[in-house]
Amino acid sequence: MGLSFLSSILFATVVAGTPLIIVALGELVTEKAGVLNLGAEGIMSVGAVAAFAVAHGTHSPGLGILAGMAAGVLMSLLFAIAALTLLANQVASGLALSIFGVGLAAFIGKPYESVALASVPPIVIPYLNRIPVLGPALFEQQGLVYFSWALIAAVAWFLYRTKAGLVLRAVGESPVSAHSIGYGVVGIRYQAVLFGGAMAGIGGAFLSVFYTPMWVEGMVAGRGWIAIALVVFATWRPMRVMVGAYLFGGCMVTQMFVQGSGARISVPSQFLSALPYLATVLVLVIISRNRSTIRLNSPASLGQPFLPDV
Amino acid sequence: MWLKFEQRPQPSSLMRYLSPLIAVGLMLASGMLLFYLLGKNPVAGFRVFFLNPVRDSYGVAELFLKATPLMLCAVGLSVGFRANVWNIGAEGQLLVGALAAGAVALHFPDSHSPFLLPGMVLAGALGGMLWAAIPAWLRTRFNANEILTSLMLVYVAQLMVSWLVHGPWRDPDGFNFPQTKMFQAKALLPILVEGTRVNAALFIAIGALILGWVFMNRSFMGYQMKVAGQAENAGRYAGFSAKRAIWLGMLVGGGMAGIAGMSEVAGPVGQITEHISPGYGFAAMIVAFVGRLSPIGIFFSSLLLALLYMGGEQAQQYLALPSSISNVFQGMLLFFLLASDVFINYRPRWVGRRK
Repeated sequence: MGLSFLSSILFATVVAGTPLIIVALGELVTEKAGVLNLGAEGIMSVGAVAAFAVAHGTHSPGLGILAGMAAGVLMSLLFAIAALTLLANQVASGLALSIFGVGLAAFIGKPYESVALASVPPIVIPYLNRIPVLGPALFEQQGLVYFSWALIAAVAWFLYRTKAGLVLRAVGESPVSAHSIGYGVVGIRYQAVLFGGAMAGIGGAFLSVFYTPMWVEGMVAGRGWIAIALVVFATWRPMRVMVGAYLFGGCMVTQMFVQGSGARISVPSQFLSALPYLATVLVLVIISRNRSTIRLNSPASLGQPFLPDV
Repeated sequence: MWLKFEQRPQPSSLMRYLSPLIAVGLMLASGMLLFYLLGKNPVAGFRVFFLNPVRDSYGVAELFLKATPLMLCAVGLSVGFRANVWNIGAEGQLLVGALAAGAVALHFPDSHSPFLLPGMVLAGALGGMLWAAIPAWLRTRFNANEILTSLMLVYVAQLMVSWLVHGPWRDPDGFNFPQTKMFQAKALLPILVEGTRVNAALFIAIGALILGWVFMNRSFMGYQMKVAGQAENAGRYAGFSAKRAIWLGMLVGGGMAGIAGMSEVAGPVGQITEHISPGYGFAAMIVAFVGRLSPIGIFFSSLLLALLYMGGEQAQQYLALPSSISNVFQGMLLFFLLASDVFINYRPRWVGRRK
């Protein structure tokens, strides 16, 4: 197994992990405000198709990302209206968003199937990219890869180092207390949900504009759900999201790993494709096994509707 | 002026039953708006989508054919949903049930036994239950969230079907198409009305609805499930086991979904392919909610969702729209339902702006 092979595995792992980081961090902020949005899969799908359509029409990947983000915000707004204003069950609303989003994306995307998009050249960071093995994986990547790292730092800083972050966490832990000292719980939750939607939209855009780059129905393939599981795996901490995302990213590229290693084991490709899903189940079991881990780390009001009494 | 919701002293039972109708109305209105925005005549669109599919008796039979798996899955899911057991992996359980039933059919290609079909139904139910038992066990033993685990297993089940039909179970004389041999005649559900495709699975589904009604309204266990869902603490205080509710909810949901899978492979599909189900397991969640988790409601809402599937096919044929428009309608329906459900527990009031 040569170094160049190892390097390309690392490269692929980082690429596969990037949308998971972005989407999971958005979900993390949403959940920190006490809202469980299970619609990430639907938002990503619509984000992916919107980004693809715009990037295809304008030949600008940047505008594509913006379109994905805008679509994500709009989609999550639907969820927010149902779950926050109309106090609908958050689990059911999230499911509705997933079903609706996947369907809507397939509907909008039909004309774009079998349309190819020019692949976007990476942003090379000079000198650093020449580091052996790690260089290309870390410093010859798409802009959104660097964005995902900045996002981790930004979310960690926001949640634990700013007053607004403290308020957001307070809203998630105890909306009644936050409300009684004068914070607008519903407004803050709206912002958190819309942020989560924007990130899921960008995550979808990354898939369709940079990763593949094309649109195929069902291309999100459960990544939205894996991102939600990742938040649990990370016990609601931004840094651990990155670790988890790259673990899953690694899982997703095992196919390449097995084929490239020249090993003469014949494993059906479907078994390898099932690995990320099985890994998700496995990590959920490992993390959830200890009930107190979940109880101590999950936002106390997660999933509970809040109706201000004033 | 702004809109405020205030809690009703007790939930409105009128709104509980009115809400699905409001949701259907809103779905129709936005559907027509959608047709208009797509440059189609909304009235013609409505006719093609909602009336065309059932304009003749063959269409009505197809409606019942497509409603059958939805009924089966939804009545099973409703048992769990009542106890807040979120099994969202019915699609995977349906597929594993189809595989198990298919295994029986393919293993006895020459059997004339009258037990072949019942055996396939049983195998389907067991297959679905097995697939649902995994999230149930992971939840009760390891506290792992059943929403995520049951959904992950849908993808695993899809890949398992794909592997079997591409590999070990592929029909050697099938020109390399990813599908098994066609099932023999004795392994196919009898057709109820000559010249249509509606089959005996409809009776199984209606039987399941009746059993579901008896279970929910006439059995102590069903009562416990309701209490566990509506008032968790009261349930715990009364000594109703939460673990048992999870196991029961998951196994009933999985078993019914497995039978639905059997009804597809031994019915309209007639073999195992990669396209056994157009998302029946997911649509069944909408069926269950729109049907208010009650068997009678599920009967009607499964017909509605079946109509949405058929409308999508018609829209593809006559309006040149992708058939995935059905999923858009399904999603809208669930959204509108959840939104109008707010009026069950709350009443709206216009209040003056806060000073």
